[in-house]
Amino acid sequence: MTDLRDLYQEVILDHNKSPHNYREMTDATRMALGYNPLCGDKMKLYAKIEGDRIADVTFQGSGCAISKASASIMTDAIKGKTLAEAEALYGKFHDLLTGPPDVKADGAGLGKLAVFSGVREFPARVKCATLAWHTLQTVLKNTQDVAKTE
Amino acid sequence: MSAVTKAAPEAHASAYDVERVRAEFPILSRSVYGKPLVYLDNANTTQKPRVVIDAVRRYYEEENANIHRGTHWLSEKATEAYEGGREKVARFLGATSPKEIVFTRGTTEAINLVAAGFAREYLQAGDEILITGLEHHSNIVPWQLACERTGAKLVVVPITDEGEVPVDEFEKRLTPRTKLAAVSHVSNALGTVNPVKTFIALAHARKVPVLVDGAQAAPHLPLDVVDLGCDFYAISGHKMYGPTGIGALYGTEAWLEKLPPYQGGGDMISSVTFEKTTYNVLPWKFEAGTANIAGGIGFGVAADWLSGVGLAAVAAHEHDLLLHGTRQLSMVPGLTIVGRAKEKAGVISFVLENVHPHDIGTILDREGIAIRTGHHCAQPVMDRFGLPATARASFGLYNTRAEVDALVNALAKVRKVFG
Repeated sequence: MTDLRDLYQEVILDHNKSPHNYREMTDATRMALGYNPLCGDKMKLYAKIEGDRIADVTFQGSGCAISKASASIMTDAIKGKTLAEAEALYGKFHDLLTGPPDVKADGAGLGKLAVFSGVREFPARVKCATLAWHTLQTVLKNTQDVAKTE
Repeated sequence: MSAVTKAAPEAHASAYDVERVRAEFPILSRSVYGKPLVYLDNANTTQKPRVVIDAVRRYYEEENANIHRGTHWLSEKATEAYEGGREKVARFLGATSPKEIVFTRGTTEAINLVAAGFAREYLQAGDEILITGLEHHSNIVPWQLACERTGAKLVVVPITDEGEVPVDEFEKRLTPRTKLAAVSHVSNALGTVNPVKTFIALAHARKVPVLVDGAQAAPHLPLDVVDLGCDFYAISGHKMYGPTGIGALYGTEAWLEKLPPYQGGGDMISSVTFEKTTYNVLPWKFEAGTANIAGGIGFGVAADWLSGVGLAAVAAHEHDLLLHGTRQLSMVPGLTIVGRAKEKAGVISFVLENVHPHDIGTILDREGIAIRTGHHCAQPVMDRFGLPATARASFGLYNTRAEVDALVNALAKVRKVFG
């Protein structure tokens, strides 16, 4: 049986309590709103894009522990990355969340994002973990030269 | 008088045998994640007693045929059973005649039926529809659609910090422009019981018809639509221990005669030529297409069964759970109950400091406890309290004090996970 600790890992609880990059960005070049109508969670994602690089990224909003920690760890992970690298990371993260629940998730190449490997065993919570990433998609799609993953 | 009064002879909470009631629900003996199921999501949908499940199965196994059109034996049997369901629902609500019961897919469709008819025949630019700040989306959006179509305006009675709709605030907003008032009997998000009888009297004094959204009241309180005096009353079968996909609109004969048909099709007509169609009589004028026959049959059986248990006894039992739950939950550190109306049904909406309701829901689920978390299809209520969401425990006639205690104990585990 799945343990709740698989979902609520220490790292996730820590980020929920003290999220990183949780602030408004006054000089953002792009901003997008994320909304999960299922639970009413709202998120604002700010980004400063310089060339093809994400120079800075922050967020604000209300959400559950999973969505908040996901946004927090995501912003850490994509800061300084190119848009294409962020896209690629999203693809890997998505696979991590939606893979078959009976197969142990492979967090290779995901770094800290691998802590969300337990989410696939809680299908009702996958959307919480992807809210920040879907919002990021909107931010990235602001330009025509960004590749689509799906 | 209604079957409700007949079937509830002076029942008291003490005489109420909850274990006997529970034994009638097959699903209540199952476990979830290895824990006994504690089902506290009854405002969302209720579980089904064996008699309802059997009635639906029996129809498909023994009487399945289309209704109102066959000359064969099965069709007669099916028609009898379906129309029998309508009579049972009519009796349950205290309606004067089964003609006043229109079967719908549920409360939502019942409200849409009235709103669409009003928009077509009775609403003009500048008219007003009065609702309250407690409404479920299903008693907001149909009226917004009607307003968009006609230029009428939606007027909302604000609610208090306790989650009540003050009578004077309601009265103040009844104006010469008010064409209809639509109010919930019981709030799904907070459990508030509205003084609908008073609202109806005030509205009728100004010749304003009233629709009552009774989805959350019908399974929990003794009901008599004639005594209430409402013009329309909307209910859902699945919240009353009946099947999903079936509900009813009660409307006074006078109003149902006046309202135009909702949908066109088979069964709702008397005669059709390409030049002119004559509509069927009540209630079939509003029932186009092949009906949810099994649903209507199951709904009737559920209504009878519920009357048999006795709504007065059910209300007393659930009130005891509400008091016990309110007392116990108030002692959980960091927990705030949202909605503290004096008159409440068995609904407790709450938030826990520093823990999002969604996380509460997941942790309780692993303890076998089913509650609802989110905005409960009542976003304006959430906005009123400045919350994105709440956790909600809602009681049914089979819940016990021990189950409420299981909820309270599981919340301690939530606290532990979140430190």
